[in-house]
Amino acid sequence: MNGLPLLSISIWLPIAFGLILLATGGDSRASVQRWIALAGAIAGFAVTIPLYAGFDGQTSEMQFSEFQRWMPGLDINYHLGIDGISMLFLLLNSFITILIVVAGWTVVEKRVAQYYAAFLMLSGMLNGVFSALDAVLFYVFFEATLIPMFIIIGIWGGPNRVYAALKFFLYTLFGSLLMLVAFLYLYNKSGSFEILDWHRLPLPLGAQFALFFGLLFGFAVKVPMWPVHTWLPDAHTEAPTGGSVVLAAILLKLGAYGFVRFTLPILPDASRELAWLMVSLSLIAVVYVGLVTLVQADMKRLIAYSSIAHMGFVTLGFFLFNALGVEGALVQMISHGFISGAMFLCVGVMYDRLHTRMIADYGGVVNSMPRFAAFMMLFAMANSGLPATSGFVGEFMVIMGAMQVSFWIAFLAATTLIFGAAYSLWMYKRVIFGPVANDAVRGLRDLNAREFLVLALLAVAVLYMGIYPAPFTDVMHASVDDLLRHVARPKW
Amino acid sequence: MATPAIYLIVPLAPLAGAIVAGLFGRTVGRANAHRITILGVLIAFLTSCYVFADVLEGNAFHGSIYTWMTSGDFKFEIGFLIDRLSALMMVVVTFVSLMVHIYTIGYMAEDPGYQRFFSYISLFTFSMLMLVMSNNFLQLFFGWEAVGVVSYLLIGFWYTRPSAVYANLKAFLVNRVGDFGFILGIGLVLAEFGTLDYSSVFVLAPARASSVIQLFPGVDWMLLTVICICLFIGAMGKSAQFPLHVWLPDSMEGPTPISALIHAATMVTAGIFMVARMSPLYELSTTALSVILVLGGITALFMGLVAMTQFDIKRVVAYSTLSQLGYMTVALGASAYSAAMFHLMTHAFFKAVLFLAAGSVIIAMHHEQDMRRMGGLRKYMPITYFSVLVGAIASAGIPPLAGFFSKDAIIEAVKMSDTPGAAFAYFCVTACVFVTAFYTFRMVFMAFHGEPRMGTAARAHLRESPVVVTLPLLLLSVPSIGAGWLIGQAVYGDYFGPAIIVGPGHAWIEAMTEEYHGVWSYMAHGVSALPFWLAVAGIATAWYLYLVRPELPRRIASGFGPLYALVERKYGFDELYSWLFASGARLLGTGLWKAGDQAVIDGLIVNGAARAVGWFSKVMRLVQSGMIYRYASAMLIGVVLLIYWFLKR
Repeated sequence: MNGLPLLSISIWLPIAFGLILLATGGDSRASVQRWIALAGAIAGFAVTIPLYAGFDGQTSEMQFSEFQRWMPGLDINYHLGIDGISMLFLLLNSFITILIVVAGWTVVEKRVAQYYAAFLMLSGMLNGVFSALDAVLFYVFFEATLIPMFIIIGIWGGPNRVYAALKFFLYTLFGSLLMLVAFLYLYNKSGSFEILDWHRLPLPLGAQFALFFGLLFGFAVKVPMWPVHTWLPDAHTEAPTGGSVVLAAILLKLGAYGFVRFTLPILPDASRELAWLMVSLSLIAVVYVGLVTLVQADMKRLIAYSSIAHMGFVTLGFFLFNALGVEGALVQMISHGFISGAMFLCVGVMYDRLHTRMIADYGGVVNSMPRFAAFMMLFAMANSGLPATSGFVGEFMVIMGAMQVSFWIAFLAATTLIFGAAYSLWMYKRVIFGPVANDAVRGLRDLNAREFLVLALLAVAVLYMGIYPAPFTDVMHASVDDLLRHVARPKW
Repeated sequence: MATPAIYLIVPLAPLAGAIVAGLFGRTVGRANAHRITILGVLIAFLTSCYVFADVLEGNAFHGSIYTWMTSGDFKFEIGFLIDRLSALMMVVVTFVSLMVHIYTIGYMAEDPGYQRFFSYISLFTFSMLMLVMSNNFLQLFFGWEAVGVVSYLLIGFWYTRPSAVYANLKAFLVNRVGDFGFILGIGLVLAEFGTLDYSSVFVLAPARASSVIQLFPGVDWMLLTVICICLFIGAMGKSAQFPLHVWLPDSMEGPTPISALIHAATMVTAGIFMVARMSPLYELSTTALSVILVLGGITALFMGLVAMTQFDIKRVVAYSTLSQLGYMTVALGASAYSAAMFHLMTHAFFKAVLFLAAGSVIIAMHHEQDMRRMGGLRKYMPITYFSVLVGAIASAGIPPLAGFFSKDAIIEAVKMSDTPGAAFAYFCVTACVFVTAFYTFRMVFMAFHGEPRMGTAARAHLRESPVVVTLPLLLLSVPSIGAGWLIGQAVYGDYFGPAIIVGPGHAWIEAMTEEYHGVWSYMAHGVSALPFWLAVAGIATAWYLYLVRPELPRRIASGFGPLYALVERKYGFDELYSWLFASGARLLGTGLWKAGDQAVIDGLIVNGAARAVGWFSKVMRLVQSGMIYRYASAMLIGVVLLIYWFLKR
């Protein structure tokens, strides 16, 4: 394009803003700090727009590549690039960051600069994860994201935040250490940390199996896949609203992204051989977690569980090995970013007013907050996969893709139509509908302009992607087709 | 010839109205909200009439509006298929919707959610039009789910009523069970035919007529049977066929105008329309047709029986709707698609009349719906009474009103059909003629005849509803009386042409066409046949039991004891489903959560690992006691061991 290192800017600009914020001092300057954070978030999003506008959807080659030697002695390089699989996640991430800054505007009152700095730096690191083409660089960003998230939960979180933060940290650290071992093995074999070199590295089936499980632990914990999912409900319930949003919208996508960037192309034979395992775990996530979601009494915990069920569709789609499945999974990742973000923001709106997340404390909210109820209706419907919302597109594609493989996989996957509607709308009914439950609910104020703006932006995104998803899928085709051709070829 | 731009006007005009009334309702105010939405629907209606005239001249349209998405080799599009089938539905939907919009001005006049209601019903009209105008399965599913959502919103329109928000959740979830089957059917179509476009699938299907699919190892099923049954499960949800019928009676919690529009005239017929649209597929699977016949027969008869026992005026009409939908379903199963569509149309008119008239009664009675506290209303509400009578006669199947023709065509077709299950279905629909006439006139006699049973205060307020209510009643009465006369074109003519395909072995309608010699001889034949006399007997029985010997029904009811209770309680399906599915799922969910997530994964593995680490460090802590002598002795032992190791080498 214009020769600017756009990827580097999209990584380091938010981080720079974060550092500036840290330097501005205490909460006495909070009003200025908020504007700096907003400027950083908007600037961060602005630099990702040319990535979409200038993206060539016809090729599966890495675009906007940047290459610098970093540690030549160890063959570690600062190598960035994006393709049709990763590009949209930079936009999603930067977009969500703006919403988080706006949503926290008057809610966060202590350590404002640090709060925003954590989110901006996290945003930069996440862009780094999605654009790294060097495994060590990837690993550094992948792990570094734990730090701000750990801090966000640990400082601005709820009463049980320390347990949740530690559980989150240890769970994911444990997973990623196994991933690191797999990376070192691959380096040993190939003499390079270039991810794209690894894609072409011939590997015997036995080694592929071992590596598969090493990577599986790293990625499965992040997704999270059943049965390594139990950290997520705790992390979500204790995290502040912004933390829940970024966790659900972006951080969960890292694991899924790992599958499609590492596991599938590097270990195609093991992936095909072990697809039954991945498909089974994904379907358990859809059915088992769908049922568990139904009985949650805490709204955040409920949405956290529903996230796990929805992410089951992502891992299911990847291991169907057809275009509908893989693209459906990617679409589901983007869409889940919007919808889960919106759902957590909705809970945040209520939590800011009544300081409780329990469903039983609400009832009849529509009477005092009609505009809010309308937004939450849309998002609850999107969460249950209603056509013309983004939630439908990915689920539809994955179910269609599953039917190409097996009727019964599609059958179990399609139960989400029932479970998704049941847990989303049952919660909605108990919280929003009905007579006013108590005086606290009667006194609720409806959305203010700031909250309205945040939810309206997400509503537009959810509807646009549902009514016209082609712009999202068109950029994926070349890369996904190339990936599928690659995975179909035996490596040994 | 009409162009795509004209077709687009039809759904988009109501959508525009819905958006204005919904998002800017407070700004535009109540009067403007109804003006704008009615204008939108009026435009849609007039344009639909134009399109109808256009297809009558032999024009048709099949094309895409935009590409929704592509993936792999698949292309998903939004597009229209405008032929005589969809044009008929467009006219029926927009006409009934227009009437209901006008009626709503009167019915909802006092309601604070006035604009919201207009927004919803216009949105419904848009969704229903997208459903019927679709040229592919994807858009069909879009419309299918969208009408479900609007139905959900409207059933729960009075959201502070616990019964309303229970009913709407139930309706949505039961529909989702149907949609679950439906999407599997769509998935199979895509997987086997590689496209979701109707016409491409219809072209490819005959070659796959003998393909088999193994869902269970070693068991071959006909592919098209599986597809057709999966799709029909969707129809069972939307068109409330047994055993997914449980949501429709509860949907009466919604305001009456939408009971007429959505839960009688249009949305619930979507399943019927869908199967008629898919006639090229269904004709290839006799098994699927058998299933449809049997389920339709069960729904027709057994839901009709329930209607005989209800006292809530809306519930009577609701169960009557279920039963009439059963008739349509039976017609589909007997390959009499044109008869099903014809009954769909006449039913849309006469059932809308019945519902709106019931609504008119409900307004006059100040939201009293129990017929035991009505009676003698005909003196107070002559126009409403007249329209109820039209609806009742039409629904009972007395010539020359509309219901007679369409119902008779169905009964005749089933009689001729040799599809397995046809004999059972014939028995059901024939017996149900008596039942229908009985419960309809039971309602007429209980509410409008006899002694007034309401309190004096209520009686003092009784008056005929305003003109915005009575005008739609009268306008809808016109086709309820006269639409049957079109049978020569719609059923026994070539109105539908290539839009409906009937297999050579199922050509009952064609055989009946040869016997058809105009409406007069059709009626003459009708009054000499069994169904007509069953209808007369039903009316006579209702008259005897509710006007001559009003004390008898209670004695009969107690005489039948448990049997009566079973019917009155709708065979206990509500209780069964609530126990089996709602409580079952919650129990299972709680079990998995407590036992799986909390006890095994967190308790045993995660915290177990943490405890193991803790135990390990506790052991290590013993060593790190902080006492120098222990360190020193440990060092000493270490040194000794080291020396020993060096010496041994």
